[in-house]
This record gives sequence, structure tokens and C-alpha cells, in this order.
Amino acid sequence: MNGPLGNQRPDFAVIAEWIPQRARVLDLGCGDGTLLKYLQQTRGVTGYGIEIDDGNVLECVKNGVHVIQSNLERGLADFDNGSFDFVVLSQTLQAMRNTEHIVREMLRVGRSGIVTFPNFGYWKNRLNVLRGHMPVSENLPFEWFDTPNIHLCTVADFEKFCGERGIRIVARTLLTNGQPVTSLPNLLGELAVYQFGG
Amino acid sequence: MAADKIQDPSRSVGVVTPQVARFAAPLALRCGASLRDYELVYETYGTLNADRSNAVLVCHALNASHHVAGHYADDPANTGWWDNMIGPGKPLDTRRFFVIGVNNIGGCHGSTGPLSINPDTGRVWGGEFPVVTVEDWVDAQARLADHLGIQQFAAVMGGSLGAMQALAWSARYPQRLRHSIVIACAPNLSAQNIAFNEVARQAIITDPDFNDGNYRALNTAPKRGLRVARMVGHITYLSDDEMANKFGRQLKNGKPGYTFDTEFQIESYLRHQGNKFADYFDANTYLRITKALDYFDPALEHGGDLAKALQSVVAGMLVVSFTTDWRFSPERSREIVHALIKNRAPVTYAEIDAPHGHDAFLLDDARYHRLVAAYFERVHGEIAR
Repeated sequence: MNGPLGNQRPDFAVIAEWIPQRARVLDLGCGDGTLLKYLQQTRGVTGYGIEIDDGNVLECVKNGVHVIQSNLERGLADFDNGSFDFVVLSQTLQAMRNTEHIVREMLRVGRSGIVTFPNFGYWKNRLNVLRGHMPVSENLPFEWFDTPNIHLCTVADFEKFCGERGIRIVARTLLTNGQPVTSLPNLLGELAVYQFGG
Repeated sequence: MAADKIQDPSRSVGVVTPQVARFAAPLALRCGASLRDYELVYETYGTLNADRSNAVLVCHALNASHHVAGHYADDPANTGWWDNMIGPGKPLDTRRFFVIGVNNIGGCHGSTGPLSINPDTGRVWGGEFPVVTVEDWVDAQARLADHLGIQQFAAVMGGSLGAMQALAWSARYPQRLRHSIVIACAPNLSAQNIAFNEVARQAIITDPDFNDGNYRALNTAPKRGLRVARMVGHITYLSDDEMANKFGRQLKNGKPGYTFDTEFQIESYLRHQGNKFADYFDANTYLRITKALDYFDPALEHGGDLAKALQSVVAGMLVVSFTTDWRFSPERSREIVHALIKNRAPVTYAEIDAPHGHDAFLLDDARYHRLVAAYFERVHGEIAR
């Protein structure tokens, strides 16, 4: 998939589908601002990105995205309850130290949350582990010793996590090679995209 | 404050000439007094475009002036205080923007201040000059904008006390600026900040040469006090690490002399800075500028609610802080950002990891300058549309 969202982030296309015109969006770990820029241009959304990395903050400025340089582990204290329609956390959940806290914070400041994460239950990952090695792939590009991903989970794990906490899953899309997966999501899906509410 | 002065003639605005604007309408000040008429000294760089949309006002901090960039024909060593930021090809690019630097009311670089003649008495104002505030300065700057035919600035920009002016602009004249660039700022001074200022003021006021501020008439100046005031100030502009790196415990002569002469390098540095400053700066101005800092508190009139104080803001806001700035720490900038987010204002916030403390806003840090350059690129894109 090419075009304004780039070809390396297939989850962005799914997220963009879910976000209506003029929504208020908070993008946590917004990177270079690609998603917000796209949403601003195509949906007229308003909102902010949060990003910790200097280089990404600079790219956000170049992309015309309102970025707040901050560490997500500090929580979202700068943001009021219910001040956004959507709070997005794409490909960052698995790198958060305090997973439950950030999910709760997302639902505090937003009406809906959207997360995307690499599905550790994807068959190629399982195969890697069966062969005796931690998986390294396009979606999990790090070696075990230098990975920021400290909380990897499977689709089944995430849904159990939500279920136990009364978090309502509103929509789910699994992607493999950028294409939606229709059956056996926890086995055949490489990248998980979830929308949830409180 | 020691700006890096790397001179590249092709990236300098070159020779600049100060100008004077005279205002006959009285300026009402916060303290209740009013200036019957007054002058503002200013410099401009670049060219105002046909629709007058590319003007950027640069507000100065404590000791600086209207001389923001370039140098004087008769004094080539006298480079503007933000020359590393402003010029052709620099973050605030004078090939695109018309940049204005102005000396504030109460200053000692040519604008009406304690060194001017009080028209009511025919004598130098001296200690009689009223206490001025950030809001007074902004009001006077707005009249300069009228005078120059600028209805809306592309941006108002400043660091430290200059950033307080940029912030005040965005709330006080929301329609008159597209962007506000607020660097190393705080929404008000902490008790510790005020305490440092008070030490500085007491050093001046208790100098036997102060004479209630009317030292000019006696041909003296409270230079000892001003020197100490500057030394105290300078300590707060640098980070502990930066001071340790620059000076450490180094002794000028390599071994202790057991005297009260300048022995440690840091002593020598502070005395040098103090002496230099006392030779060119006016003590009455220093007193007033530190008071303007102390009184700045836009939330005060709104029950301490900064978001309410900034409710009128429509400008795009760029807030920048420096990690080692303990005088105006990142937490203080975050208060501003928090209030703006509460108001759903368009704000961008960057926290620059720089070792230099408060002074970092004047220094040539690549990450910082790239960010400001990118922001101005965005501003330029808007006005060029």
C-alpha cells in the first residue's frame, strides 16, 4: 500500500477508516506525525501528537502537526477527562512499562481508544519460538537483547486483558502483509488493530 | 549572556542602523502612572512584504536591547544579541521575514527610560521613572506596530522575559499575531526567582552611590551594586554542570593564595561579567526590569487560572524549554502548555536536552535551531499561501 500514509504502516489505513470527520484525536507516540497529518488533511481532525524523540518532534513540526514532547510513561496528566474523541496508541503498547495505566489513561481522556500491536500469536512468530528463537521480522524488527518491546502479547491475551477490566472492544482488524485477515486471527494475523471503549 | 559569535558575513544581516519612533499619545501604565509621550528605539532587518504579513517582532530579555542582529558601521564588534538566530539562512530567515527588535520602555538603550528627561520637570527621570510591566511593554510595542503599519505579526518571539512578552501578546492582542514563540519561559516567577531578583535589587539600592536612583544628577552610579546584581543573575543563567565544565575548581594561579583576591576561575569570570555589565547598563533600568519579571503573572487576574488567562489565545503557539534550565524549568513551560491544551489551542512543545541552563536559549544548539527553523518554515508557508 503506497500513498500519503506511506507503505510501512498498514495499521494507519485501518485507523483512518475508523476516525470520522472533524474528530478530536490524541496520537500517543505519534512518530513523525504521518498519521495525524493524514487525518488533518483528509478528515479535518484537530488534536495533538505526543512524542519523546527529538528527531520525530522536528518531523512533526515539518509535517504541520501539533506535537507535545513528552514521555508517555508520565501518563496523560496534561489532558482533561473526555477531551478527545479518539486516543491512538499505534505500535507502542508493547513497549510501555505500565500497560494497564496507559490503557486506562486513554479511556480517561478519550471516548474511544485505538491500539495497534504486533500479534505474538502470529504463526511465524510461533514457529520461530518452536525452532528455539525469539522472532525477528518486519513487525518485530529487534533482537531479543535490544528490543524496546517488553510487553508483547497475542490477540487472545489482549482480549482477555480487556475482558477482565470491563473494556469493551468496539472493532478489531488483523492485518498480514497489509491485508485484512478474516479467519483464525490469533494465528494468521500479524498486526492487530483494536478500537475499544470504557 | 554570552552568545556564540560565529561570524559568517553571508549569513549576517550586515550593517544595521537603529531608528526612533516618537509617540505623542500618553501610555497608561499598570502602576497607575502614565507616560505623557515617549520614544522607542528599534531596528529592522529584511523587507516588509506588500501585504505586510511577514513581520516578526523579537522581544528582548533582561539585559538586551533592540540590537538583535547585525552590527554597527562604527562598531563592527557590537553584534546583535540573537545574531545566531536571525539573518539570511538562519532559523528566522531575514530573506523571508521582516524582523523588528525594539528596546522596551524603561530601558537604557535609547527608548524612554530612567536616563531620559522627564518632560514635567525638565530633569533626568532617574529614580522617579515609574515601575513598568510586561503588559506595558506589549502595549507600547503594539503602538510601534501601528506606526509601522503592521496590523498582524507573522510571529512574536522571545526567550526568558522576552518570551513572557510573546505570551502576553498572544493573550492581549490575539488577533494581531499569527504565531507566538515562547522560549525558556514561565507563567510567573517562583518565590526562588523573586528572591534572586530581590538580592540583586538590594545590592543596587544599598550601594552608597544609589541616592534613591538619582545618581546621574550627582555624576555617580551604583556600580558596585550593579556588579553584584549581575553576578547573582549570572549564576542563575548557568547550570551547575555547565559551571563545573567551564570552571570547575580551577585556580587562576594553580594554588591557593589564602587571600580574598580572585583565585577561583569562577570568581574571575563572575567579576569580569559584573564589571562589563556595570559599565554599560543602567541600575534604574535593572531595578525596573527585575520588577517587571516579578510582577508578570497573567493568571493572577483570573483567580490563578492560567487557562482562563490564555482563553483569548488564537495564535499558533510554539513553547520551547531546556532540560537544564533551573531558573525557568521545563515544568514551568509545561504549565503554559497544559493551559493551552485545556483551551484546545494549537500548541507545539519541545523540550531541548541542552547542558547550558537558562542561557541555552541564546546559544547555537543544532536541535533547537532546527526546530525553530522548521517552525518558521511553517509560518512562511502560511503567509505565502
